[in-house]
Amino acid sequence: MYQKTIAELAKGLQAKEFSSVELTQGYLDRIKRLDPTLNSYITVVEDGAIAQAKAADARIANGDAVPMTGIPLAQKDIFCTNGVRTSCGSKMLDNFIAPYDATVIDRFNQAGTVMLGKTNMDEFAMGSSNETSFYGPVKNPWDTRAVPGGSSGGSAACVAARLAAGATGTDTGGSIRQPAALCGITGIKPTYGRVSRYGMIAFASSLDQAGTMTQTAEDSAMMLNVMAGFDERDSTSLDKPVPDYTAKLNDDLKGLKIGLPKEYFAEGLDSDVAKTVEAAIEEYKKLGAEIVDISLPNSSLSVPAYYVVAPAECSSNLSRFDGVRFGYRCEGPKDLEDLYKRSRGEGFGPEVKRRIMVGAYALSAGYYDAYYLKAQKIRRLISDDFKHAFTKVDVIMAPTTPTVAFHIGEKVDDPITMYLSDINTIAVNLAGLPGMSIPAGFSHGLPVGLQIIGNYFEESRLLNVAHQYQQVTDWHTQMPASFK
Amino acid sequence: MSLDNTEVKRIAHLARLAIDEEVIPQYAHNLTNIIELVDEMSVVDTDNVVPMAHPLDVMQRLREDKATEPNQREQFQKVASAVENGLYLVPKVIE
Repeated sequence: MYQKTIAELAKGLQAKEFSSVELTQGYLDRIKRLDPTLNSYITVVEDGAIAQAKAADARIANGDAVPMTGIPLAQKDIFCTNGVRTSCGSKMLDNFIAPYDATVIDRFNQAGTVMLGKTNMDEFAMGSSNETSFYGPVKNPWDTRAVPGGSSGGSAACVAARLAAGATGTDTGGSIRQPAALCGITGIKPTYGRVSRYGMIAFASSLDQAGTMTQTAEDSAMMLNVMAGFDERDSTSLDKPVPDYTAKLNDDLKGLKIGLPKEYFAEGLDSDVAKTVEAAIEEYKKLGAEIVDISLPNSSLSVPAYYVVAPAECSSNLSRFDGVRFGYRCEGPKDLEDLYKRSRGEGFGPEVKRRIMVGAYALSAGYYDAYYLKAQKIRRLISDDFKHAFTKVDVIMAPTTPTVAFHIGEKVDDPITMYLSDINTIAVNLAGLPGMSIPAGFSHGLPVGLQIIGNYFEESRLLNVAHQYQQVTDWHTQMPASFK
Repeated sequence: MSLDNTEVKRIAHLARLAIDEEVIPQYAHNLTNIIELVDEMSVVDTDNVVPMAHPLDVMQRLREDKATEPNQREQFQKVASAVENGLYLVPKVIE
């Protein structure tokens, strides 16, 4: 049963072939047996999950279920969950029981899904390997010596190992797409503002966006149907109608114009990854798509601009952690300043402290124009590159990552090398565009992700493009043998 | 631009972060590398470029100025380390 997709499970639940309680218990048993190896969950909510499953079964029996009712999901531990610890992967919030639900959680509760638990992640979503988590690294189910990617590494690993039917993630610079690629699953980061950020612990507010991590594009469409939509509690939420994301999945791709940006197929791209991605593009040609060579000339500036914008916003957002109102508080502070400094110094890990300091530096007196303002201007250039490209093509395709998953410990001591592992995903966040990653094959025995980038609010098209590929390939159905 | 130990201490103070003395040089090294990375931006001429604050150039929404949230002080203070009579406790500020 655990190998089934959300769409298949939903059908089985509605037809009463099995109950949500049976399904939920099955996943809980798998988590108990297999997660000690992976470490993909920070908190498992066994009793809560069973209670939600019982409620879902009652809804199904009463005939007032929606398609997602009774589906067991994992929630990234960045979303506040009323009464359940919400750690954000940090010692700072190890003792934090959220007093309210994030809008995303609230919407899933309304739909009657089951929350199996909260998934591991890089501390405050700052990382590309899940190694900065206070709760220890997550292992990649395809090779437990390798990282699952980050920051939504727990969500990616648990879906890849089928320890949840689907999971949420958040993506500030690639944190859904990069781990989805490295773990061989499907993930979508919607347009900035499409999904509410309310109750999603803020990292870089002008970039953060929540999305889905699933086996298939169809499953992502079903989850996004629940998550997307206007929320007055998020000041940057966009008030635009939400389509049914499953409606266009079956549209054919004849005449679809796919842009291949030469900057994403350049130096630094592993040749085997390149071959795998090229094979996927060939598959799209067979489906009737037309290939157009394009250029995104300012791509190389995305990492530098991001490492100003994201740290600057993080230094501001994380100033709320002061040891006073919630979260970690140091022992025996001698005065108020000591309370702030030691609570923060002891509560945050090294990567978070580095980013706060980079941000504080970039925003400090005399540097604003040279850093933050400059980065906002570069953002415009990057965004204009995409705007120009989308006058010629419908979607853009590229490798999600330049290499397959690297080993745990390989990059953790060198922030710059780690930052460059997101080189192909960051520009999409700076421009606020929707982006996806889908499994496109294997290289060196590890999954390779194909990135699909669309114009603003084109999530339906991305999901359609991904779904059509998944009708003619089976990469997305493969799972790591040792987790069967 | 390279950051020395004194500069790192100044930034740590601005950010209200206690950093152990022995790891200051390590922070100086890593922060210098990060600043060098972001300095790659400086080669681009952006004189006539309008800075982008929001991907869709949307303005902040306005709403009527009235209270919409209920008072949940007790609920929210449950997660604080030290509270008395509805007030957060901190070390004495005024002698």
